[in-house]
Amino acid sequence: MPDKFDVAIIGGGVVGCAIARELSRYQLRVVVLERAADVARGTSGKNSGVVHTGINVPTGSRKAALNVAGARVFEDFCKDLDVPFDRVGKVIVALEEDQTPDLESLMARGIANGVPDLEIIDSATLKRMEPNISGAAALNVPTAAIACPYSLNIALAESSAEAGVEFMLNSPVTAINGDEGDFQITTPGGTVNAALIVNSAGLFSDKIARMVGIKRWRIWPCRGEYVILDKRAGSLINSMVYPVPPKGGAGLGVHITPTTDGNILLGPSADYTNDADDVRTTPKIRRQLLKEAAEFLPALSPRDVITAYSGMRPKLVPSKVGGFGDFVLEEVPEQLGMMNLVGIESPGLTASPAIADEISGWVRERIPAKKNSNFKGKWTAVDRVRDETPEKIDALIGEDPAYGEIICRCEMVTRKEIIDSINNGLEATSLNAIKYRSRATMGRCQGGFCGPRIIDLLIENGHSPESLTLTGGDSWLFLGSVEDLRKGRTREAVEAGN
Amino acid sequence: MSSHEQADVAVIGGGPAGLAAAAEAKAAGASRVLLLERDDRVGGILNQQVHDGFGTKVFNEALTGPEYAAIYEDRVNEREVETWLKTHVINVTKDRLITVHSDKGLRTIEAGSVVLSMGCRERTRGAIGTAGTRPAGVFTAGAVQNYMNVRNLAVGRKVVILGSGDIGLIMARRLKLEGAEVVCVAEILPQPSGIGANLVRCLEDFDIPLYLSTTVVEIHGKSRVTGVTLAEVGPKMGEKKGTRRFIECDTLLLSVGLIPENELTNKIGIITNPVTTGAVVDDSFRTSVPGIFSCGNVLQVHDVVDYATMESEKAGTAAAIWATTGKLPDADIKVSAGAGLRYVLPATISGTDAVDFTMRSWREEHDQSVIFKSGGEEVRRLRMPHMEPAGMIRVRVGKGRFRRIVNNELTVEVGA
Ligand SMILES: Cc1cc2nc3c(=O)[nH]c(=O)nc-3n(C[C@H](O)[C@H](O)[C@H](O)COP(=O)(O)OP(=O)(O)OC[C@H]3O[C@@H](n4cnc5c(N)ncnc54)[C@H](O)[C@@H]3O)c2cc1C
Ligand SMILES: Cc1cc2nc3c(=O)[nH]c(=O)nc-3n(C[C@H](O)[C@H](O)[C@H](O)COP(=O)(O)OP(=O)(O)OC[C@H]3O[C@@H](n4cnc5c(N)ncnc54)[C@H](O)[C@@H]3O)c2cc1C
Repeated sequence: MPDKFDVAIIGGGVVGCAIARELSRYQLRVVVLERAADVARGTSGKNSGVVHTGINVPTGSRKAALNVAGARVFEDFCKDLDVPFDRVGKVIVALEEDQTPDLESLMARGIANGVPDLEIIDSATLKRMEPNISGAAALNVPTAAIACPYSLNIALAESSAEAGVEFMLNSPVTAINGDEGDFQITTPGGTVNAALIVNSAGLFSDKIARMVGIKRWRIWPCRGEYVILDKRAGSLINSMVYPVPPKGGAGLGVHITPTTDGNILLGPSADYTNDADDVRTTPKIRRQLLKEAAEFLPALSPRDVITAYSGMRPKLVPSKVGGFGDFVLEEVPEQLGMMNLVGIESPGLTASPAIADEISGWVRERIPAKKNSNFKGKWTAVDRVRDETPEKIDALIGEDPAYGEIICRCEMVTRKEIIDSINNGLEATSLNAIKYRSRATMGRCQGGFCGPRIIDLLIENGHSPESLTLTGGDSWLFLGSVEDLRKGRTREAVEAGN
Repeated sequence: MSSHEQADVAVIGGGPAGLAAAAEAKAAGASRVLLLERDDRVGGILNQQVHDGFGTKVFNEALTGPEYAAIYEDRVNEREVETWLKTHVINVTKDRLITVHSDKGLRTIEAGSVVLSMGCRERTRGAIGTAGTRPAGVFTAGAVQNYMNVRNLAVGRKVVILGSGDIGLIMARRLKLEGAEVVCVAEILPQPSGIGANLVRCLEDFDIPLYLSTTVVEIHGKSRVTGVTLAEVGPKMGEKKGTRRFIECDTLLLSVGLIPENELTNKIGIITNPVTTGAVVDDSFRTSVPGIFSCGNVLQVHDVVDYATMESEKAGTAAAIWATTGKLPDADIKVSAGAGLRYVLPATISGTDAVDFTMRSWREEHDQSVIFKSGGEEVRRLRMPHMEPAGMIRVRVGKGRFRRIVNNELTVEVGA
């Protein structure tokens, strides 16, 4: 590792990693410091995965400009990185006639923001497009798309790592000293020196700013819960189905969103909380989500729920105040040499390529750099058997019999894909790191079948059972052997070998 | 595709059900019988059940799961059933064309008849929707059984068990014997879901408390489980105010039910029973799609493996007869579950042979009878000293009794 970096990026979410990838085009020494055991563990792994068009954001705002710019390049962005993307389109449904004026104002704003092909459709056209949805009218947004958010985040990180960016996982930043040109960044594993800092710590970007004396921002975490439906419910809708956004609400309302893997998401709710890490899920919200979604989609069955999750919005406006808060991308006089990305809530995923572009410009104005020959425009993830034709699957098994062994039967993930995920370029080894790279354990049995088999493969690949974790840190999975339990040994003692 | 094969009978799933079906199919005259198993060994769920109690009905002795499975594995080998391991069936069509995925590539098999015996899986946290954080340390009981018994791994030291299903009870004892502290078992229902015998030998004998009408309302801990909040529930499963209490633990074990693995069944378009979620079958274990049979836990969740074996032997025999002759007796008599029963199986019978009916009661009952009626008249009655929802009831009715059936209908109910 170099003793000094040109740029330290704090936070390995989609924004931080998009910036890392953009900077990896140049001969710059870049490090990403991430507090979790893997990238994509923050908001970037837990959202709707929608590539927004820009109809929901006020014209003239930074959000609008970055959203529209991001959406324009998003398909190629995903293609270059082998990330699932699907232009499924969106309908915003007015349940009752009296909501049609809202559709018209949304459409007007969309047009002002430069969103193409918008049209208001009547109830019969809606029925033709979405046979299971009833509504008085709808705004059709055919350019809206979905992408797999955590796959994108991971692909951005792994492709950057391949091009030379350093990733330091399990490295929460606790203090920052020094000044532009010579920052000292403290993590439990040691100090990292860098000339410039990009603060892309998402929900904690206000805390990072405070470490250098910038007090002007405060993040108000706002939880959004989702439920995930089984793939068997996947055919109930063809496109995304959104309500008319609730007035003064913190989000876009409970929507029904297909995922690129064929599941359906219901959510998110919106609840302000004091703890940005408190991504709990609750039966109350689960019931509420199912109820609200059923107003549009009566065919929904609670039996189809396979699991739930929560994402946290980094709001810049407290609940009491409400209303619009714009994205912050600013270097401020309190601390020069540090770029702060604060309040990057929705549509931050969509905007990430555009944000990365802008920040790359900011860096190169300060540190001019030549092109990096190790940068590759195209990056490919592990071959996914489930997406292949029978002929291709046969050929893959011929090349490597590990493709012939299905480990996760719900998601059709083979041994080869698991091993490749274990040997990822970031050296992230938690069970979740494998889950988000391979999709194993994400299906209807939620790891009941493949969990033990993945553990076997981790152990075969040199990990001791006591060292295995779900999400890194203290999220240990095994105390040790059955004898260790019987003899009353603690896990720490087993791990230390005594 | 790499290859295309033909078989008289193809059996999907090599657990006790598949083993028994394959062995009997061969004995009944099928010349090529294929047993397709995705795991690297046959035996299914029995491989991880090292406690004894298997085989008391068939062999009159209490064997461990692996011992029981080994007997049938030997039988299958002696009878020259072809077993394909690490072979995952990914598709079956109505015309019985099977696609398998294995390290030999994708292969197709054209089968005279197909036996579905894919077993079941456990219900998970996601499916029951427990609130709270998402730390490590929440496991299904079957997964822990597998980690401990097959992989020699211990998952934690201080354990709360949610759900009083049999695996949960067996794991409570196992964990306690190995030195873990099992704080309690919480069951949301007013009665336990495991069989009475397991309550005594797994909980009472070890002083492990069982709290009925109680559930986990919240899981705590950011990285690893640090505790759970329990609360009592009312008759409608709503939380009772003021009954919350926090219990410190590092592990939560879920034993909250089994879900038959009917993905293939549904994909084929076979008609299923909403109560069991398994196929609707007749007394030859034929499903609604000709030539496709179903047995074992994929058909109905069994608590005693012997019954799974017996039913699967019948299914295997019938599958062989169908494959070789194309003929099985028509099953025109409709069977329905009446008062007191959740379901009864089979759904239709031919009346040409004795039938073993299997069923489950809604409630625990003492000194009641299972009564078979047709046209309002009793056909057969069997006194049952004790019935509980957790224990499958199996009643044999001889073929002579079926002469009393009128209008091709038979109802089974619980009565005095
Ligand atoms: C419910 C919900 C739904 C959404 N839906 C959409 C959508 O459909 N479309 C869309 O475009 N956008 C959507 N968004 C917005 C989008 O998810 C975010 O804008 C985006 O993920 C933000 O990325 P990020 O990299 O800034 O933040 P994060 O992904 O949160 O990354 C920040 C990272 O910083 C790390 N970190 C924090 N503190 C430290 C520290 N001290 N040291 C080191 N590392 C640290 C964190 O661990 C984290 O990995 C949604 C958001 C939410 C909450
Ligand atoms: C937790 C538990 C505890 C029990 N305890 C007892 C007890 O103490 N005493 C007793 O008598 N009985 C007990 N039983 C009952 C007995 O074990 C079961 O009834 C019996 O195992 C059911 O057998 P099966 O073959 O239907 O299912 P399984 O044993 O589950 O076998 C199904 C097989 O099918 C395979 N398979 C599934 N899908 C595919 C596919 N697509 N392609 C290829 N292969 C596939 C699986 O890998 C598996 O090997 C218990 C059951 C359970 C679940």
